[in-house]
Amino acid sequence: MPFPLPLETLVSKPVMFLIFGVIGFAFGFVLESAGFGNSRKLAAQFYFQDMTVLKVMFGAIVTAMVLLFIAVRLGILDFSLVWVNPTYLASGILGGLIMGVGFIIGGFCPGTSLVAMATRKIDGAFFVLGVLFGIFVFGETVEYFYDWWNNAGYLGRLTIPEWLDLPVGVVVVAVVLMALFMFWVAEKLEQRYGGRDLSKEPRWRRYAAVGLVTFAVSVIVIGMPTTQEKYARVAAVKDAALANREVQINPGELLDTVANDTLRVVMIDVRPEAEFNQFHIAGSQNVPLAQISSILPEVHARQAVNTVFVLMSNDEVAATDAWKTFQAESVTNAYILEGGINEWLSTFGEEEGDIAQVALPSGDDSLCFSFPAALGDRYAAADPSPHEWTLDYTPKVKLEVKRDKSGGGCG
Amino acid sequence: MTTALDHPRKTWRDRVFGRPTRPYIHPYLGGLLLGLVLFAAFFITGNGLGASGGLNRVIVFFEDIIAPAHIDRVPYLLKMAGGALNPLDDWVVPLVVGTLVGGFASGWFSGRLQLETNKGPHITRRTRWLMAFIGGSLMGYGARMARGCTSGQALSGGAVLSVGSWAFMFAVFAGAYALAYFVRRLWN
Repeated sequence: MPFPLPLETLVSKPVMFLIFGVIGFAFGFVLESAGFGNSRKLAAQFYFQDMTVLKVMFGAIVTAMVLLFIAVRLGILDFSLVWVNPTYLASGILGGLIMGVGFIIGGFCPGTSLVAMATRKIDGAFFVLGVLFGIFVFGETVEYFYDWWNNAGYLGRLTIPEWLDLPVGVVVVAVVLMALFMFWVAEKLEQRYGGRDLSKEPRWRRYAAVGLVTFAVSVIVIGMPTTQEKYARVAAVKDAALANREVQINPGELLDTVANDTLRVVMIDVRPEAEFNQFHIAGSQNVPLAQISSILPEVHARQAVNTVFVLMSNDEVAATDAWKTFQAESVTNAYILEGGINEWLSTFGEEEGDIAQVALPSGDDSLCFSFPAALGDRYAAADPSPHEWTLDYTPKVKLEVKRDKSGGGCG
Repeated sequence: MTTALDHPRKTWRDRVFGRPTRPYIHPYLGGLLLGLVLFAAFFITGNGLGASGGLNRVIVFFEDIIAPAHIDRVPYLLKMAGGALNPLDDWVVPLVVGTLVGGFASGWFSGRLQLETNKGPHITRRTRWLMAFIGGSLMGYGARMARGCTSGQALSGGAVLSVGSWAFMFAVFAGAYALAYFVRRLWN
């Protein structure tokens, strides 16, 4: 069974909510057990007396990170389906600074204040009321800086290994070593400012550190599966879908899908740039096949319940290759334009005098039309009106129900 | 012969609120366990943890009852409660409910359910409550601006190595440390 589980389709909604409830229960239980229901313990972090916040937070981050990337590398967890908070540098940093100020004044963060309130800490309850008030005010004021909030420093789904162009394993090991160094500094600070007797600290923490580093190094050793290896795992199903023509959509269906206001259609033209400049469908973006992997982070970030990706080339060869890459990387709702641009022009280009068919489709993915000039999408056939065309086709677009992850969480 | 006085009957209040207090678990053990919970969340559901998102939906739920027309004018609110959408119909809501129940269960188990206000020795309880409310408001505002709180951004995004989450995390610590000296009377 591939993880994460497709909970929406696998179980009923009450069961899904129960699963999240159980995860929440464990979350709350651990937070309280670690002392996060006590504001004084949390605030002591910022006077170097008790570095529990740092130890628990970074301990949790490195533990989860190491397990996560081991699972990814063993092929049992699909990282493309894991929600990675998109990067909005400006609002993230400003919001973070505001939260830091709120943290030291109020003594909690939202999650810990819930636990404090649940254990009858009155300051925790006042903090929760404050959080609700702050959230309300944000909802009422966000419209004044909506553009800034949505665009400033937006980098999409970007991970540190991608940003630094380093192997994932190297970054994982570096983060673990950084965390261990921070723990060591934290203990020295506690000794100095909090009067902690380090000789009473348990010895197992050293073994735990060694274990953590060992696991982290194994991420480097195991190695990341390639796109080909990932496709091999799903090849049986996907090749059958290709052979049965389940994912090749007729030009008429593409036209109607684009015209459907409830759907967002992302058209990706994988031909070389020169051919794209000759003619392309209005609204399509050019990503030559060789560069298709580079847009995957953006594609994953834009994935949503109502988003359809349509890949196209002159015929279907290059588009099919791109489609296989999308399948290997778990992009849902991806389709191929049937017959490619050639078929599109045969359908919509007959009244376009300037465009002449110079060859018959031969199956080798070459362009069968000639154009008077490289006008891109400034031909009538690039943007046909859906009202003027009624075409018969077998509808093939089936939206796979996926939870819109961006709508939830803290995001 | 035993009498009722030898074995005073425990009321339910004693059983819930009067249990002996246990110490907190070791921070590294806490980190390890929290990491396992976080990993389990990602592994099973593909989502991390969250808190402020759930509170957000509670607020929008009430806004939607009081002023539904207002919701329809603000795109930010529309996404959660527009038309027939129920803002509470989201995975983060049961997660937050679970967090409350889990916190209570741990407090019960370890005898930490005392009704009290944790504060520094030099301020009154009223001051502490006011500061908690003000700090909470800033937290709530900042968390929505940053699209996540310590749980949803720092922990979850940190574990999957999101660039924005790490920048956010350092910003939180920077903001708190920068101000800590000036508000030391609140805590010490």
